[in-house]
Formats: sequence, C-alpha cells, structure tokens
Amino acid sequence: MAEPNSKPNTTVFAPWTDPDAVPLIRFRNVTKRFGDFTAIDDLTLDIYEREFFALLGPSGCGKTTMMRMLAGFENPTEGRIEIGGQDMANVPPNLRAVNMMFQSYALFPHLSVYDNIAFGLKRSDMPKEQIPDRVNEMLRLTRLERFAKRKPHQISGGQRQRVALARSLAKAPKLLLLDEPLGALDKKLREETQFELMDIQEKTGTTFVIVTHDQEEAMTVASRVAVMDAGVIKQVDTPPAIYETPNSVYVADFIGDVNLIEGTAAKTGEHAYEITYAEGVDPIKVTECEHEIAEGAKVTFAIRPEKIVVTQDPPEDRANAMQGKIIDIGYLGNLSTYHVELPGGQMVKATMTNASRISRRDYTWEDTVWLGFRSSAGVVLSE
Amino acid sequence: MRRAALILLPYSWLIALFLVPFLIVIKISLSDIALAIPPYTPNLDLSQGWAGIKDFLSQLDLDNFKFLTTDDLYWKAYLSSLRIALLSTFLTLCVAYPLAYGMARAPDEWRPTLMMLVILPFWSSFLIRVYSWKAILANEGLLNQFLMLIRVIDEPLTILNTPTAVYIGIVYTYLPFMVLPLYSALEKLDGSLLEAAEDLGCTRFQAFWLVTFPLSRNGIIAGCFLVFIPVMGEFVIPALLGGSQTLMIGKVLWEEFFSNRDWPVASAVAVILLAILVIPIVLFQRNEEKQREAEG
Repeated sequence: MAEPNSKPNTTVFAPWTDPDAVPLIRFRNVTKRFGDFTAIDDLTLDIYEREFFALLGPSGCGKTTMMRMLAGFENPTEGRIEIGGQDMANVPPNLRAVNMMFQSYALFPHLSVYDNIAFGLKRSDMPKEQIPDRVNEMLRLTRLERFAKRKPHQISGGQRQRVALARSLAKAPKLLLLDEPLGALDKKLREETQFELMDIQEKTGTTFVIVTHDQEEAMTVASRVAVMDAGVIKQVDTPPAIYETPNSVYVADFIGDVNLIEGTAAKTGEHAYEITYAEGVDPIKVTECEHEIAEGAKVTFAIRPEKIVVTQDPPEDRANAMQGKIIDIGYLGNLSTYHVELPGGQMVKATMTNASRISRRDYTWEDTVWLGFRSSAGVVLSE
Repeated sequence: MRRAALILLPYSWLIALFLVPFLIVIKISLSDIALAIPPYTPNLDLSQGWAGIKDFLSQLDLDNFKFLTTDDLYWKAYLSSLRIALLSTFLTLCVAYPLAYGMARAPDEWRPTLMMLVILPFWSSFLIRVYSWKAILANEGLLNQFLMLIRVIDEPLTILNTPTAVYIGIVYTYLPFMVLPLYSALEKLDGSLLEAAEDLGCTRFQAFWLVTFPLSRNGIIAGCFLVFIPVMGEFVIPALLGGSQTLMIGKVLWEEFFSNRDWPVASAVAVILLAILVIPIVLFQRNEEKQREAEG
C-alpha cells in the first residue's frame, strides 16, 4: 500500500490510505442546526479504528457539537452517523459503546475516586466480582492507587483529570471522546499528560477522538487532525501534512506561524511556477506544486518562518533570495525571529536557531540582509 | 478589638431577644400559679437583699413538670404533634421536590419569575391565607362544589376539621420553606454530571436517582428541618382547620396560657417542647456546617 508520494511515517499506521479499510465512524452528509444557527454544515468524514483523531478549530466552529453527536447528546438534523456500521440515530447515550471524558471532568462529587471509576461498570453487565479487578486495573493505569478512597474535591486538578480518564476508559469503550481534556492543566502538566494519553491509547487500542483548540496539542497527540471552521472541515490530514502542505490560507494561518505573500502565478514547467508579488524584484520560484494552477491566477504563497534563512551575503544554495531590512528581532533563547521588510513593504518573518552566541551575530536592527529559501519550501494556495 | 465588637453585636441580640426571655420562661415554669398580676408567684424582690433572693429561690420547684406526667393529655399532644410534623414534612417534601426540580430545569429567563411566584404568598397575611382554606375545604366549600359539579362525588366530603385539613394547611403554608433550599441545591447541580451518568450507562431515571438525588441531599435536609421545627409548635393551622379532633401541643399551650391562665404549667409545656426541638436543631446546624466545609 506504499504509494510513491506517501510520507515515510504514515506507512506505519495509515488505514485512511487503504481503500479496503472499513472506518469505525462515518459521518454522512451530517448537518446540525440549532434554530437558525448551523453548527455543522453537510459534513462527511471517516474515522478509523485505533486512530487518535483530533478535531481542531476556534471556539464555536462546531467541533464540540460533532463530539456530542457521537456521544448521543445531540442528534443530527440531517444526514447520518454510523459507528461500527450501525446507524446511531435514536440510540441513546447509555446504549452506545462510546464514553466521553468531559471538559469539566464531571466527576461525581459525592462518590470516591474508586466509586467514580466503578460507576459505569456497575451499570454494565459485568459480573459483580470482576468489578474490583477492573477498577484496580484502571487505578494502576492512571497511577491513582493511593487516591482510591478520596473524594474528587480532595485531589489535585491533574489527578482529577486522570480519574476522569480512568472512568471513561473503565468500560473499555470502542470509542473514547475527549472534550478539551487538558484545558484546565498548566503547561508543563499538559505536555506530560499528552504523552501519557498517547501511551494509554496505544496500550488499550481504543479509538480516541479529541476536541481541542490548542494546535500544539492536536499536532502532538493525533494520528490525523481535522481543522474546522464555521461548521465545515477545512482539511483532514496527518500533522506533518497539515503543517507542510496546508490546502488553504485558513489552515496555513491557523496552524503555526506563516508568511503569506499574495501574487500572480505563471507556469514555468512540470509542477513548477513563478509567483510575481512586487514590481522590480525577482518572482518567487516554486517547484513540487502538486495541484494545477491557472495561468495568471491570483494566489497566496505560504512559507513557514523556519524555512527561511537570514544571511548577510546573497545565499547561493537557495533558489529564492530576496533583500530586506531588519525591522525587529524577537529573541526567544533557542530561536530568534527576524521581522524583515521587503522593498515593496511586505513584512516577512524568518526564524533562525541561535547556534552561536548572540554577540557573534553579524546583523542587527536596521541592517540589510538576504532571505533565502528553497523552491520546495513553501506552498501555493489559491483559496 | 474590632473583631470582638463585630461578634458582640449578634451575641447581644441573641442574649436580649432569646436567652433572657427563655430564662424568664424557665423561671415561670418553676413558679406556682397565683391569682394576681402577674399570675404566678414568687416574684423577685431585690429590696430585701440577699435574704430576698434566697427566699425567692427556695420557692421554685419542679411541680409543674411533675404535673405534666400525671395527665396523659400532654404526652399524647407531644406525640401527636411529632407524628403530624413528621408526616407533613414528608408530604411537603413530596410536593416541593418536583416543583423545585422544575424550577431548576426551567430556562434561565423564567427562573426569577418562578422564584417570585413561590415567594408571592408571603405578601399576604398568613392568617388570612389559612382562613381562606376554610372556605375551600368546608362542606359547602369551593372544593366540594367543584367536585360535585364535575360529578366525581355525589355528596360533599368532610375535610374541614379533620387531620386531612391540617395536613393540607401545613403543606400549603410551609411549601416555600421546602422549595427554596431544594431549589438552591438543584440549581447548583452541574448538568454535565447527568450527561456523564447517561454516558456511563444510566437511564434518565437511574441518573436522577444516583446523581441528582444524592447531590440534593443537603437541600432536602435543610428543607425538612425548616418545615419540621416550626410545625412541631404550630398553633394557628390546627386551631383554624383541625377542629377539636386534632391534638397538637401548640393548641394545648394556647389553652393553658389563655383559657386556664396557668402560666407556670404553660411555661413548662413550652420548655419541654424546646427540649424536644433542640435535637433536630443541633442536627440541622451540624448539616449546615458540614455543607460549608465541603464547599469551602
């Protein structure tokens, strides 16, 4: 199934590239309206078993609505949702093999950690004598053994988050939904927990769907990311593909930092174009452009700041070189971001690793420098 | 200094308005009936000095309390009050819970209006409201007329002057005291807890029973005490609606004071009533404290 242009890291686990793979979840032309407001607009999407799927978008983009429809708290206005081949219309939440970890954790305040985790098992057809074993297994998995007897208000935020995870995993659901699961944790704990989540997902083999507005989180944990905007999915792809080859200005701008340069395209060869963005300067040369662009079309050239090198002399090993003046330098310790103004007034950001000491740097504010990047470094977007 | 002053204010209120009157009631309960003004003896005469106080104290005795045990009217009245208070508290809870639940689940913009409607009866006199129940429950009253009109019954039901009328009156009067703490407990309930319960396999009813109900426990306890404690000593409702059939300690108290003019015995009845109520009051306070602890 290795296609010639598939990326090396997707050949390990990539059921979405396999035409014979049967998706676990299918959204078929799903529309959800609340009164006049359309939360989800004619959405079609497949999610496969064992995937760690991230729904990413700004608040109000419909990602939480999608998750609530999977859990059964909302029903689609139009279209259908299938889980494991079964149409989920009219299946109430308590009869779905789907569990959810709530943003607020929704731990039962009157029950101990142990009883919170056992809550779902007691409602299932699991024999009574097996329940303690399962709960203890969950406690071990989330390293909560010592807190089993405590009430939710007697443990820390990070521990509460793990209780919520253990509770939603206890019934071994086919699908686990995570609604902004790490939103309430501080940055360090969040990063730690992200890796923990990935580890648990791998150990249990459960399909995870995570809703988040934090793009770093989505990129870190997910096998695929869906970028949403106003009830529509803009792009679904692996994190590297979303980052390197966004399909629209919206996605390019939403994920990470990007320079957007508007211009006119002209074809120069197979998958190669030139983009004229200003008078009197060389056009940007682009190769490896996979999609066809009409001659003279208005396009946006998107390039990530770290793909641009800043040098004092014209770079010889880069296909594109432009001269500009340093307006601002953002020093981040490991990196520095240079804000460079091109002759036409266009601002370009370039990020350089601070490989040597800052005092050794040859250029500073108001200096004229060269910006260089390869012809394959950026993407041409017509949307 | 300022802290002490702050604490002093509520305590001086309590001492002036509760402790001093209570001590006077205890003193009267230890005195003897007399045909005089005030209608009891001894009276403290401070002009005699230390001897006067000694003389005064030597005349106090527990005769009135002993008297209460000789007549079975009193303990029957206590027991009957206890039974009526317990049953009517339970009935009030049954009526108030769905009401409070509905209010807590109502759309946000409706809640202040609903709250207003619950409090509205307080704007008219309690006495008038109870009295008007006579017009509803009487044999020729509105209720019987209505039931006969829609042909549910052929002859009027006798409700007025029975315990049933007392229960109706109590449930009606004390409903807001039950609804308000229940509402405040149910309103705080996080809706995602119910979703979580359903997500984990509960039906709607199970989710209510396993999550909503236990989490409204503090509201239930608070409401029950707020109803039970005053109903125990209730006088107006049994007097107006209960007729001669309903025996309640509040009525006995009234008769001792105003019909028999036996202040010492009436005071003894009141002291024992208070002693009975101290137990639920302490339990109520402890519940409130625990709740504050859990929230803080």
